[in-house]
Amino acid sequence: MKLTLHIWRQKNPNHVGRMVLYEHNKVNRHMSFLEMLDVLNEELIAKGEDPIAFDHDCREGICGSCGFMINGVAHGPQRGTTVCQLHMRHFKDGDVLYLEPWRARAFPVVKDLVVDRSAFDRIITSGGFISVPTGNAPDGNAIPVPKRNADLAMDAATCIGCGACVAACPNAAAALFTGAKITHLGLLPQGQPERYQRVLNLVVQVKQELFGSCTNIGECEAVCPKEIKLEVIARMNRDYLRASWTRRGDALRNEE
Amino acid sequence: MELKSRIPSGPIEQRWERHRFEMKLVNPANKRKYNIIVVGSGLAGASASASLAELGYNVKCFCFQDSPRRAHSIAAQGGINAAKNYQNDGDSIYRLFYDTVKGGDFRARESNVYRLAQISLNIIDQCVAQGVPFAREYGGTLTNRSFGGAQVSRTFYARGQTGQQLLLGAYQALLRQVGAGNVKMFSRTEMLDLIVIDGKARGIVTRNLITGKIDLHLADAVVLGTGGYGNVFYLSTNAKGSNCTAIWRAYKRGAAFGNPCFTQIHPTCIPVTGDYQSKLTLMSESLRNDGRIWVPKKRGDTRPPHQIPEEERDYYLERKYPSFGNLVPRDVASRNAKAVCDEGRGVGSELGVYLDFADAIRRWGKQSIRERYGNLFDMYERIAGENPYEVPMRIYPAIHYTMGGLWVDYNLMTTIPGLYAIGEANFSDHGANRLGASALMQGLADGYFILPYTIGDYLASTKLETVDASHSAVRDAETGVARQTNRLLEIRGKRTAASFHRELGRLLWDECGMSRNKPGLKKALQRIPELREEFWKNVNVLGSGEELNQALENAGRVADFLEFGGLMCLDALHRNESCGGHFREEHQTPDGEALRDDTHFSYVAAWEYAGPGKAPALNKEPLIFEYVHPAQRSYK
Ligand SMILES: Cc1cc2nc3c(=O)[nH]c(=O)nc-3n(C[C@H](O)[C@H](O)[C@H](O)COP(=O)(O)OP(=O)(O)OC[C@H]3O[C@@H](n4cnc5c(N)ncnc54)[C@H](O)[C@@H]3O)c2cc1C
Ligand code: FES
Repeated sequence: MKLTLHIWRQKNPNHVGRMVLYEHNKVNRHMSFLEMLDVLNEELIAKGEDPIAFDHDCREGICGSCGFMINGVAHGPQRGTTVCQLHMRHFKDGDVLYLEPWRARAFPVVKDLVVDRSAFDRIITSGGFISVPTGNAPDGNAIPVPKRNADLAMDAATCIGCGACVAACPNAAAALFTGAKITHLGLLPQGQPERYQRVLNLVVQVKQELFGSCTNIGECEAVCPKEIKLEVIARMNRDYLRASWTRRGDALRNEE
Repeated sequence: MELKSRIPSGPIEQRWERHRFEMKLVNPANKRKYNIIVVGSGLAGASASASLAELGYNVKCFCFQDSPRRAHSIAAQGGINAAKNYQNDGDSIYRLFYDTVKGGDFRARESNVYRLAQISLNIIDQCVAQGVPFAREYGGTLTNRSFGGAQVSRTFYARGQTGQQLLLGAYQALLRQVGAGNVKMFSRTEMLDLIVIDGKARGIVTRNLITGKIDLHLADAVVLGTGGYGNVFYLSTNAKGSNCTAIWRAYKRGAAFGNPCFTQIHPTCIPVTGDYQSKLTLMSESLRNDGRIWVPKKRGDTRPPHQIPEEERDYYLERKYPSFGNLVPRDVASRNAKAVCDEGRGVGSELGVYLDFADAIRRWGKQSIRERYGNLFDMYERIAGENPYEVPMRIYPAIHYTMGGLWVDYNLMTTIPGLYAIGEANFSDHGANRLGASALMQGLADGYFILPYTIGDYLASTKLETVDASHSAVRDAETGVARQTNRLLEIRGKRTAASFHRELGRLLWDECGMSRNKPGLKKALQRIPELREEFWKNVNVLGSGEELNQALENAGRVADFLEFGGLMCLDALHRNESCGGHFREEHQTPDGEALRDDTHFSYVAAWEYAGPGKAPALNKEPLIFEYVHPAQRSYK
């Protein structure tokens, strides 16, 4: 089958990018979307043109490396699916597709479809963990965890950190990502001692990274390849509110 | 080269304990003064970096992905073993030890494996405390499943995403240390050479993948947690970026390479559909608990599966192995799938067999099967475009794991003092075949609980001169890296690196894959140097070295695979026996099972680099079995 592709090409962060048109007529419906781009890249190289840069690694929908916009939708048309797991059988011969990198102030473009998502690492660094140095752990069964909590924590922990939520959000907010980590750790007994300090730290870091504010639009939930629910944002907001009262001093200090 | 394994003596249960006591300690106040480089942020690298930093060392950690959280460990599905005996079903440290030595077909070191089984208990505790959301029972306790044919339920899991959850635990511990200023993290940075000064590992040369800048990092010790080399076969279940560059460059600087031909093939992966295929996807082994494997009895039978009546189907595993049936170990299941396809009875594009859930659905109901395997069925449907509740899955074996790796002693140190290898990058604990759910265990044992002690012993007992960037060995390594990069960019030939990689992979899969024989290996050993020569004349890498250039990164990795593939075949040729994942057609029992030769091959093959164009030297570390006595594996 044949596709017309308009792809964002940008040499580096300092260059201005633009959409470039490619006619691709070696598309097979069993290919994954990234394999379709691999084939295009091989052709570009043969013609002496610079191949299109995109991030990828596992190609199994779990590492969170891949991701770009296809016709304005993060990871493309299939729900609950990363672009590496999206297959060409979901497209038709003659389709016209526009591929663009994640667009967000906090995710500067590195090259073509590759962006810099290191802001996510810095959010986790600010407190997205349980402080337990190696060797300090009690027996695994010492603290029972209600199955329901363990399951809900797992639902949130399944986030792959791809950044689709930010890309889809008109405000470029990182609320789904941050809420998922706060929910994962906050639902477990092990996460309780640092629960309120954690939410304060993370929320401050999010602001410093120039992500926007969440206004409950819900686009993030719609594109999340792991189908993480908006509920995690509600949990984060509730914990933040509570922390702002019970730890007012800390909250204010952090704001500075 | 002398291989000093440093295995402690005494009763096996006490060896690690005693060894820990005998090792020297670094004074807490002095730890700050030591710089340690950890390459890799997978389970092994991340857990090691976090633990070393907690102890007070200065750590630099490197990975080539844009974030340490994306290391290939993230993709592990099934679970992690530990001898907790929470299920009260008779598990014990000794049983896990016994199963691992036997499963490895008697080609692993007993002392290492015993220590691994002991430490397995601490790993689960540590991960739970970090907030890893393992599956639980209604009463709130941890639950387990039996995995890969084990007779006890000792596998802990977090849905089908155990690797992800364990890695996020280690990643969070790592970033906590980054925040505390004890670890400096270098993402999108690739190690391209090792710096060895006065015989000791003292640093690495890296390339910043965004700017292309070549940098030097000097240290007191270097740790490689860079994963396995399965991608030498081009198609494998590994992440696209997984490669052998770090361990290969270390080998060329003097680290012996252990058992390179021990590679594992996983029986249940989604078959190849075309030339454009970029990787293979694993379907968890747990599917074999309920799925029945079959092919048509007739060759070339192209009828759709539901039109093939029961009596014209061959459930070949159930037929040949009545007591284990579909649950035979990975190597046995894989070889049998290949055998029926070689006979012309494969299905789909001819390289596939059916994994059929019709009986299980009839017996347990669709809902119950959905609860057990729902996410796997969805993944299959996304990739293959067929609904496995209605049509049997098609599966075929694929390269999955590499037991071989850098040779290490009991302290996880390679033959270069101060250079350590952990996780899949070393050869250590799995012998000739790894059991399911044991790689995650080994990576975390190495990183959390072994290396942090053993590296201290080295630092405390070694006199390390101060070195700086002006040292000739440093300059040498740096210019070598720059030269290779420029060479790749100057060739401007006609073929992409990927096309060489595909050709190499195909050759190795045919001649050094599921089964191997002398003429085939000789053919590969002749073809690989030709391919390598053509690569260096005709590869086409565009762009420059001073930018993000993914084709250049890939070309460097393929260049190393083209060298490494030769060593793998050489090792496979020299090992004139069949054991575990290494099946030499010349050595099988009358009914086609692997035939070991303990008299001649009960050793670790540690290959030593001899210089460009020279045959590597073979060193042998004899394996002694004091506790588990070698016997022929039987799954009939
Ligand atoms: C699909 C799949 C499923 C699996 N399921 C299971 C399972 O259920 N249970 C189990 O026990 N095992 C499983 N395994 C095996 C297991 O996942 C791996 O063996 C293990 O995770 C390897 O961990 P590691 O830390 O050694 O290396 P990796 O996780 O591969 O990490 C390698 C690290 O090194 C870095 N690196 C590599 N080279 C360089 C370089 N030159 N410069 C800089 N950085 C570099 C990478 O960036 C990465 O951070 C599975 C494997 C696969 C492929
Ligand atoms: S490449 Fe890993 S999630 Fe897509």
